[in-house]
Amino acid sequence: MSVNPELVGRTFPPAQPYLVGREKVREFSRAVFATNPIHHEPEAARAAGYDDVVAPPTFAVVLQEATLAQLLAEPDAGIDFSRVVHGEQAFTYDRPIVAGDELTATLTVTSVKTLGGNAMVTAESTMNDAAGEHVVTATSTLVVRGDDA
Amino acid sequence: MTTAPVTALEVGTVVAEREVHLTRDSLVRYAGASGDFNPIHYRDDVAASVGLPGVLAHGMLTMGLAVQPVSEWLGHRGVVVRFGVRFTRPVVVDPEQGATVGVVAKVGTVDADGRPQRIDLTVTAAGQTVLGKAQVTVAFR
Repeated sequence: MSVNPELVGRTFPPAQPYLVGREKVREFSRAVFATNPIHHEPEAARAAGYDDVVAPPTFAVVLQEATLAQLLAEPDAGIDFSRVVHGEQAFTYDRPIVAGDELTATLTVTSVKTLGGNAMVTAESTMNDAAGEHVVTATSTLVVRGDDA
Repeated sequence: MTTAPVTALEVGTVVAEREVHLTRDSLVRYAGASGDFNPIHYRDDVAASVGLPGVLAHGMLTMGLAVQPVSEWLGHRGVVVRFGVRFTRPVVVDPEQGATVGVVAKVGTVDADGRPQRIDLTVTAAGQTVLGKAQVTVAFR
C-alpha cells in the first residue's frame, strides 16, 4: 500500500465544533508544564486582557487530532497508521485560543512527497471561531514508512 | 514572571532556560490531556514489539513543554504567533529514572527596534538534541 498522491488539495468536511473549556485548558496546561498564570487563573488572564484562561500554544493539537483521524480513515488515502511517524509540526496563530471559544477545524492535504521508500504527507487544520474568524492553523507532516523501511 | 518592557537584545542572547523531568506519570497525564493514547507512550511491551528502545514521550509533549520558558519570559508582554519543530530523536522515558529534557531559548532574529522576533530553542535529552528547527515567532502587544 502506498500513499495516494491525488490526496493533494483534498479538503475534508469540517470537524464537529469544539467548545474550549476552562478546566480542559488547565488540564492541558498542567500536562505541558505551563507555568504562566494566564493558563491557569482567570484573574491573571483578565489582567492580561483576555476573557478567560489562555490555552498554551500547542493546545490546538487536541482539535487537530480529530481532523487527522479523518485523513487516516479515508478509504483511498493508502496511509497505514502503524507505519506513521510524526515528522514536523507547526502552529500559526492570529490570536491565542481562550476558554469559551468554539472552534471548527477543517483539514486540507497540502503536499504528498515520496522520499526514499517513505512518503511525507503534509496536512493543515484551519481553525476558525464561532464568528468565522481564523484563530490558528495547525500543520503536520506525517512520515509514512515504506514497506521495506 | 518578567514584566519589564522588552528591550533590544542581541542575536544569540539566552532569554530563558529550563529543565523538565519527565516520568511515566507525565506521559499518562499528557495522554489524558491530549487524547493521544498510543500505547508506545505507556506500555513497555508494545514499545518493544515495534522495535523501540523503550517507552517514548509523545513528540507533542516535548514540543508543548519546550515553548513554556518562552511563554514565561513573554509574560503579558506578547504572544506566540508561530511555533514549529521537527521531531528528530525520540525521548526515551525510563520506568524508574524518567528522563530530563533541557530547553535553552535564544534570540534568533530581531525586529526593526532590535527586539527579539524569533526565538530559537535547543531541546536536548540524554545529551542529544531531540527537536530540530524549533522556532518560536513572537509579537509584542
